[in-house]
Amino acid sequence: MPDHTQTYVELKHISKTFKNFKAADDISFSVEKGKLIGLLGPSGSGKTTILRILAGLETADSGEIYIDGKPVSQIPAGKRGIGFVFQNYALFRHKTVFDNIAFGLKINHWKKGDIQYRVDELMELVGLTGLEERYPKQLSGGQRQRVAFARALAVQPQLLLLDEPFAAIDAKVRKELREWLRELINQVGITSIFVTHDQDEAVEVADKIIITNHGRIEQTGSPVEVYNNPRTPFVVQFLGNPISIDHTRFKGFRDTTADASAVIRPEYITVRKKNEPCPHPATTEEGIVERVAFRGNVMELTVRVHGQHLTAYRQLGQELIHEGENVNVFLQRIYLIGADGESVTIAVDESLRRENG
Amino acid sequence: MKKKKRVIPGFSLSFGIVTAMLGLGVVIPLCSLAVFSLKLTGAEFIATVTNPRVLASYRVSILTSFTASLINAVMGLIIAWVLVRYRFPGKRLMDGMIELPFALPTAVAGISLTHLTVPERWIGSLFAKNGIQIAYTRIGITAALVFIGIPFVVRSIQPVLEKLEPEYEEAAAMLGASRTQAFFQVILPEIFPALTAGFTMAFARCIGEYGSVVFIAGNTPYQTEITPLIIMAKLQEFDYEGSTAIALVMLLFSFLILFVNAIVQNRASKR
Repeated sequence: MPDHTQTYVELKHISKTFKNFKAADDISFSVEKGKLIGLLGPSGSGKTTILRILAGLETADSGEIYIDGKPVSQIPAGKRGIGFVFQNYALFRHKTVFDNIAFGLKINHWKKGDIQYRVDELMELVGLTGLEERYPKQLSGGQRQRVAFARALAVQPQLLLLDEPFAAIDAKVRKELREWLRELINQVGITSIFVTHDQDEAVEVADKIIITNHGRIEQTGSPVEVYNNPRTPFVVQFLGNPISIDHTRFKGFRDTTADASAVIRPEYITVRKKNEPCPHPATTEEGIVERVAFRGNVMELTVRVHGQHLTAYRQLGQELIHEGENVNVFLQRIYLIGADGESVTIAVDESLRRENG
Repeated sequence: MKKKKRVIPGFSLSFGIVTAMLGLGVVIPLCSLAVFSLKLTGAEFIATVTNPRVLASYRVSILTSFTASLINAVMGLIIAWVLVRYRFPGKRLMDGMIELPFALPTAVAGISLTHLTVPERWIGSLFAKNGIQIAYTRIGITAALVFIGIPFVVRSIQPVLEKLEPEYEEAAAMLGASRTQAFFQVILPEIFPALTAGFTMAFARCIGEYGSVVFIAGNTPYQTEITPLIIMAKLQEFDYEGSTAIALVMLLFSFLILFVNAIVQNRASKR
């Protein structure tokens, strides 16, 4: 299939080993111009190493990187046209906000008037106008991140790399900043790659997600695609809030292979009160509610079915379910991990399958 | 009335100990200095502290101490950098050796330095070939003071360098800075307060150093005679008033140095 979109960054067979630790194992991927990519993986999965190799802060043992079609392995970090936002921002503590943002411009011998203009422009872009003379210490976490962002963008890089951009910010501000960053990147139109271990963050912000584990890429795709169709056992167990179950004990999946292990996510479990209509009685199970927890926007139920504990959500508007109550439990779909530990298949409840022909 | 409870107990006791220590150890001796020199009339005082030989000794003391501290600032920074940033065999040993000048009796250092640097011995002879004499000159005094002052600088900078994440330099590098630019524009400003602290402490210490210097100085009046030596000489002549008068001047000068440091630290802490 010919590729009509414009590839801006391309990594080919990048490998990097630290002592005995494989941080990157034959990593290849490409990024289209103007896209926002999320590198998602648990800590130690090699995602930060990939970002640092791309930036030129780390040297790959083998492989090649192309930015805008040109190999960059021999080009030093500062000359690759990359802006980098560090996890702890690494703002220069002894410099004011203005001087922090102007640093790259001064290094690149911009004229004084141009620097003033550019910094003003950036301060307005990140919404910090008026704080030019502050020191990083006098700013909040969110403001610091904005400064780090402005500093990275100052010299007009073509590629922006962000290492765990929201990790150091408290939960409430984090959500706000995510949206802000997403909008800003759209506005600037810069190709961006960010690293995160937080799946919500990756799913919400990125155009495309690359999931890494043990220095390898597990799966690449749009957030919806990756979330709904996990293709490797790791991705199945990493995304969402997976629960392992013994699927052979559930009526809806009796015909599925028994040597596979199964995983289900809470959103595919429906819990209904006994007096509520039960659309698929043939494959509905009975369970006992063991715990009801209030999770703010939903109720989280722990239900025991066939001696197994399942977690399910229930909307707040619905009639309350109490601990110890007998309920109907219906599983819509499960992920089956093959006995070889490599293949993943989706199994849908038998009644649903019959309904849909 | 109920006393307000503090979270950390024992404030009154520990504060009492602090005042007692400072009073007995610092304030009372310093006051006695002032009291003793007050026995002199104003004119006598001025005459004593501005005696040409004494003036020359100030010059020697300040000049050599300043030079030594400057050398220490540069060398100490390099030593601290190496000890913090690199791993190599013998690093622990080297790190421990930094403190030797603190532990060694200063006279021992003075005597061994003198021995090494007289023109007949190996270091001295090397320099003598080029027409430089170390022992019994101001260079010798400076050398002794470098030895005395180095731990102050290294130990001030080390903890700050340790806290300085490599991300700092990387951020500078990503913005296009060369290594030199990163050092002078990003790292140096960051460690400047610590460097100043080390420099001024070493300087203040060197101004008062006696033990290690007297052996190597040669003590030629107007040339290599340091102020502490003049104070000692006056004491040996039972001229307590004269010696305390000069000591007072030295004290003021040390205060001045430490004051400069305090200003720098204060400014830095505001950022």
